Amino acid sequence: MKRVVITGQGAVSSLGLSATATMEGMREGRLGISDLVILDVDRLSVKIGGQIHGYDGADYFGRQELALYDKFTQFALLSAKEAMSQSGLDVTERLSPRAGVILGTAGGGLHTQDENYRNVYEAGKDRVHPFVVPRLMNNAAASHVSMTYNLQGPSYTVATACASSNHAMGQAFHMIRSGATDVMLTGGSESMLVFGGIKAWEGLRVMSKDACRPFSANRNGMVQGEGAAVFVFEEYEHAKARGADILAEVIGFAMTSDASDIVTPNQDGAARAIKGALLDAGLSGDEVGYINAHGTGTTANDKTECAAVRDVFGAHADKLMMSSTKSMHGHLMGGTGAVELLACVMALRDGVIAPTIGYEKVDPACDLDVVPNVARNAKVNVAISNAFAFGGLNAVLALRSI
Amino acid sequence: MAQSVQDQVIAIVAEQAIMDVSEVKLDATFEDLGIDSLGLVEAVFAIEETFDVQVPFNANDPSDSQFDISTVQTMIKAVEGLVAAAES
Repeated sequence: MKRVVITGQGAVSSLGLSATATMEGMREGRLGISDLVILDVDRLSVKIGGQIHGYDGADYFGRQELALYDKFTQFALLSAKEAMSQSGLDVTERLSPRAGVILGTAGGGLHTQDENYRNVYEAGKDRVHPFVVPRLMNNAAASHVSMTYNLQGPSYTVATACASSNHAMGQAFHMIRSGATDVMLTGGSESMLVFGGIKAWEGLRVMSKDACRPFSANRNGMVQGEGAAVFVFEEYEHAKARGADILAEVIGFAMTSDASDIVTPNQDGAARAIKGALLDAGLSGDEVGYINAHGTGTTANDKTECAAVRDVFGAHADKLMMSSTKSMHGHLMGGTGAVELLACVMALRDGVIAPTIGYEKVDPACDLDVVPNVARNAKVNVAISNAFAFGGLNAVLALRSI
Repeated sequence: MAQSVQDQVIAIVAEQAIMDVSEVKLDATFEDLGIDSLGLVEAVFAIEETFDVQVPFNANDPSDSQFDISTVQTMIKAVEGLVAAAES
């Protein structure tokens, strides 16, 4: 089996318009959640989100590009650009067919859908822009990344709700490990902060109206975010041969299905995914120093996740650190695992553990070291990243410093 | 004559519980009736649609919501309160 390393990373989030700025925000424990500025916000009962304010696609893309790029595609392309630039990769004729792209998204081109539903249903127009379909399709982001960098190998989109990015990155890991490809651009993107995208979540009554406070006893729900992160996954020898700067090694991945409930999290399914990732990586539990939690800030997720971690790690659960960066950038749905993987890379490479901000009150059901409110310096060799989606689909990645 | 709030709430609860309205006891909890969290959220939605009110209910912590859903009876009382407030 081939070894897989990360040689580039890029992101856009409400913490900043690059991976560097996003990690800086995490290090500072900065709050990227604010009042939403969107059309018809007065008709929403949830009026906060991890929105990227002041973003204008025209600052980065030309008119013809914008006609084809929904915001979720723009976010993915900006992230891919940063990641490719950092990796220094040259996609040669030889590499091109052995390089691909797998991205996660839950909603795809929701801005395009929202705008055009308004046009036909609300404004009563009988005509829509000719590019509505290529803009809104879930694979648009992956396709444009592949076109931009001439990646001609396996490329597709994964949609498993809040685990989309982790499933995508796990599949990319498998591609390289099995020898099918040498390079994969992978991660995820989401831009659900439109009227319909928020209204739908309101209906479920699991959203907070004031803050995302994972693991805190007074938590009262999740907060949506938007953005993307894209990583360059590369076969180790390939990276070494070209003298690439290696950020971290991807060493394990596992996915499970709860096969139980469409929205309620399940401790056993989560625990099996974590155990599976450790087994796949050949790790013993005590080697794990940091867990980037799914940590949505809902009552059910956070206590179930803590119980699953206790179940898997036993006494070591009291020694490891686990934080939820959703407290800062919100829940990016299909893009969330990708942005959160930055926290794992930061822990492994910089020795900085991102905090869980907004933490106010101890919950006995979440009595782990959740790195409350302030980032911490600590040496960590192995980190894992959890994602547990609606629909009971779980995906956990394991990374090691190199 | 229009149906009472009580009858309408019972009808909504009965539909979620897949029971006949005559089987819904006023002192029953939603657990007794076999209604899970999703069923509860759907019932709250049906109440909002039926009575044109906003129900202050957060599924994260139903006990913390200002909407008492301990039993069918308390929910009826809460809905009556909301309807009265909406009419005043």
